[in-house]
Amino acid sequence: MTRGGRLLVFALPAVGIAALLVWSFTGLPSFGHYRGPYGNVVNARAVPERHATNAVAAVNFDYRGIDTIGEEFILFAAVMGVSALLRLHRAEKEAPSPVDRARAHAAAETPDSVAVICMGLVAPLVLLSLYIVVHGHLTPGGGFQGGVILASAFLMVYLAGRYVAFRQISPKGLLDAGEGLGAGGFVVVGFVGMLAGAAFLENVLPFGQTGKVFSAGTLPIINLSVGLEVGTGLLLVMWEFLEQALMVRP
Amino acid sequence: MDVMPFFLAGWLFLVGLYGVVTSRNFVHLVMCLGVLQSSTYVLLLEIGYKAGGTAPIFFDAKPGPKAVDPVVQALTLTDIVVGVTVAALLMALALQTHKRTGSLDPADALFMAG
Repeated sequence: MTRGGRLLVFALPAVGIAALLVWSFTGLPSFGHYRGPYGNVVNARAVPERHATNAVAAVNFDYRGIDTIGEEFILFAAVMGVSALLRLHRAEKEAPSPVDRARAHAAAETPDSVAVICMGLVAPLVLLSLYIVVHGHLTPGGGFQGGVILASAFLMVYLAGRYVAFRQISPKGLLDAGEGLGAGGFVVVGFVGMLAGAAFLENVLPFGQTGKVFSAGTLPIINLSVGLEVGTGLLLVMWEFLEQALMVRP
Repeated sequence: MDVMPFFLAGWLFLVGLYGVVTSRNFVHLVMCLGVLQSSTYVLLLEIGYKAGGTAPIFFDAKPGPKAVDPVVQALTLTDIVVGVTVAALLMALALQTHKRTGSLDPADALFMAG
């Protein structure tokens, strides 16, 4: 299809969609006049019922925890999909060793200033990610956010120009195991609820004192498990793309 | 009736769709899809907003009716995760397309042999 034809095919439905959007938006309650009942119910009940001061985390990992299991397995499936799509093809071969590749690229060395900043950020980022994961049920954050920060900490080693070191500190087998453990851990927490005679994913652990790290029952455990899954999953995706860029030869 | 903020979501959706339709590079296309999808984040958060509302975090505040809806915020989190995974998968597909056809232009990929 020509460019003009494509634009025409886009323009006609786009005008229709725009008209429908205008019609539906003007029928919505005014901005700032919230009408839904659920938000207020969760906000009123999350602290007394679950001792979780982060109402968003209470929704994500408790009230609609089963949806979050689905969400976690979307991520799990996508990581598997990326690994499958980027597997080595018959015609391709891998460079003999990452050390040789690193030497071949020695001419394009990373500036010292970048290397120092990136390596200096590794430890603080690991610490921040643990903090965000562990306090997920108390303050903004949680497993998803902390997991992303954890993956970025490892990526800093690559950005500092140390691809060999990046591969050494994130071995593929360990990442695979971590991802499976993280995804499975969430489901195991769900079955613990059933073993205790309650429903799947029901929050059966003691709620503890509101505002403490060890509180809100299963929430911190699920956050740790999701943090492991997201961190290792994202690292696996980056690992595959970096391998394609640096190691695979046609 | 103050519904102007909702039009931001509509505009993001349409401008992202325009980018997807007219894109000449798969990487650019994935970015446009990101813009398109961000319209859903904006709309979800706008629907849960209350005038003068506070965050639904009660670590140092009393639970009360002033806090905005946490349910739509949780949905937005799910939305973002889905967006990231879709982007990763599409980037992997774009990489393989480039290997096969030597081009990132969607127009060239239309006639790619299975």
